[in-house]
Amino acid sequence: MTAQLDHPTAAANFIAHPERAHWHDQALWFVRTKRDRMARSLPEWELLREQASRIKLHTMSHLAKYLQQFEQQATKLGAVVHWATDAAEHNRIVRNLLAERSVKHVAKSKSMLTEECGLNPYLLQHGVEVVDTDLGEWIVQLREEHPSHIVLPAIHIKKEEVGQLFHERLGTQANATDPQYLAEAARQRLRQEFLRAGAGITGVNFAIAETGGIVICTNEGNADLGVSLPRIHIASMGIEKLIPRTADLGVFLRLLARSATGQPITTYSSHFHGPKPGGELHIVLVDNGRSELLASGDFGRSLNCIRCGACMNTCPVYRRSGGHSYGVTVPGPIGSILAPARDPAKHSSLPGACSLCGSCTDVCPVKIDLHHQLYVWRRRLAERGLLSWSKRCSMKLTAAIFRHPAIYRGAGWLGRTALRTLPRWLVYSRVNIWGRQRELPPPPHQSFRELYQIEQKNKVKHERDNRV
Amino acid sequence: MTSREQILERVRRNQPAPVELPTHFEHGIVFADPREQFLKVLDQVGGRGMIASDLVDAESIARTLPVMLDAKTVVSLVKAVRLGTLDISTVDESHALAGVDVAITQGKFGVAENAAIWVTDENIRHRAVYFICQHLVLLVPASEIVSNLHQAYEHLTGGLILPGFGGFISGPSKTADIEQSLVIGAQGPRSLTVILVESGL
Repeated sequence: MTAQLDHPTAAANFIAHPERAHWHDQALWFVRTKRDRMARSLPEWELLREQASRIKLHTMSHLAKYLQQFEQQATKLGAVVHWATDAAEHNRIVRNLLAERSVKHVAKSKSMLTEECGLNPYLLQHGVEVVDTDLGEWIVQLREEHPSHIVLPAIHIKKEEVGQLFHERLGTQANATDPQYLAEAARQRLRQEFLRAGAGITGVNFAIAETGGIVICTNEGNADLGVSLPRIHIASMGIEKLIPRTADLGVFLRLLARSATGQPITTYSSHFHGPKPGGELHIVLVDNGRSELLASGDFGRSLNCIRCGACMNTCPVYRRSGGHSYGVTVPGPIGSILAPARDPAKHSSLPGACSLCGSCTDVCPVKIDLHHQLYVWRRRLAERGLLSWSKRCSMKLTAAIFRHPAIYRGAGWLGRTALRTLPRWLVYSRVNIWGRQRELPPPPHQSFRELYQIEQKNKVKHERDNRV
Repeated sequence: MTSREQILERVRRNQPAPVELPTHFEHGIVFADPREQFLKVLDQVGGRGMIASDLVDAESIARTLPVMLDAKTVVSLVKAVRLGTLDISTVDESHALAGVDVAITQGKFGVAENAAIWVTDENIRHRAVYFICQHLVLLVPASEIVSNLHQAYEHLTGGLILPGFGGFISGPSKTADIEQSLVIGAQGPRSLTVILVESGL
């Protein structure tokens, strides 16, 4: 059994710095408000979400057909389609393609799938240098960490830290913090990397079954530079990225950037149909657990996901605990559904990292019922005996208290009295996890029940007096 | 069993009950003046929009653009705009375009809701030119501005096969990866100028 990754433990370091946690919260809320402005600017927004959801549900219910159609069309255009059942096979395919062509240096654009598969360390082990060319991902790569957000990989890093990093690695001025200056330094270096690369690796935002084309969206233009200069383009995609028709892109491209960053569309939305003249295009279709998720009635809808990150930007827990506290490639609400599907024991704490506020469900452009699924996950994990000891005990205790009115009344009295009379060190002892980051409210002298009884007595007395 | 067969078999076995494919979306926003909306959004996404009455006018506008002032290497893929200093059809490797200061090319049509312009690599030897140049200038027929992306795809799929490369470009290359501060000019072009040409293009 894999070791359990505990979200509260992993988040402890993040929330130990309240100012930083607040800054992180505000940065993401800013993105969320930009998304709101965009959504409100379109009267058809809700119809678009409904359409996107229905297209995805249809595609998932006919996925085998669409995968074959896509393969056939892409092959006809001269692309080579590869199939990988899991991450290891995906990595082997990519490595062999590079080795057969003696490619030692790769420019990679943002791809959460390759993160999921651990492609970078694998290629490095086999003597291939991979440079992440999305600025945020490159910063994260230079720091030897993982992205903390799927669209904004470096959202947890301050400009002072980027300045220090670039000073050490690129020789920029010490103490530089101007984003313009730092991004310019990155531009100069990354453009050299594009020219040096023997192959470009990208993710895929959408794959069109009817044409065999793939669509890749970026703001920086890094994917386009990475695939238009080297001769070889390797595109890795999860099997859920398919859409049936070219025209469906109208729906998804309208939703994607508006939901992700509050832009009307990404700067570049590039459609590739076959390899460029004299070049090669390899498309790797990766399952890695997705086909199992398809069978799950409870969680199958999570395959609708177009990886916009809107659920993260709005999530009060994500914003205040940071992406790294989830310990997975895709964090936040959607990640808390996907991760336990892969390894329930390891990620059993994630569905609990949710207040069930439902905000993620409200903003999801493809209408995934995120908070419902998180709630169902809690039940499934409890059924499998995967809740922590403390949670199991407190649940049992709570159930017993609610079943017996006398005990319930007694417990209320005990709580009120204890809070009033016990010394502070005992009330805020380690056992009381609710007292760790917050002051408990002052206990009332009477319970609601007692107040109600007094009120009732007064009412009866009042009525009697009136009659007299 | 190959991986392909394994995946297809598992997908077939696990596919949920069939859900119907909805008909095409018909509620896209329509603007009374798509051109005005296009120019407004272009400004918001960091681009610069201008209007030329014809190609002669377009050429003189392009010539006096600030980005042309210190430009040493200029590529023009629009015949009537004779400002090019480098003929890319004579260049073998895309890498040789790394020194291009300004590229002047043609966009097929624009989309008002997001200022996206459709470009392709048809008759262009190096698609890299759109991304590697320091500054990009796109000439677009002023009459070819649709309101929304649904109309754009109708335009594209109306009996046509999509080209090897085709893409929407909306504004210059940009990033906000350092503390959400917008920086124009990430890895691609530092600026985008769109010249809407009223006739002749």
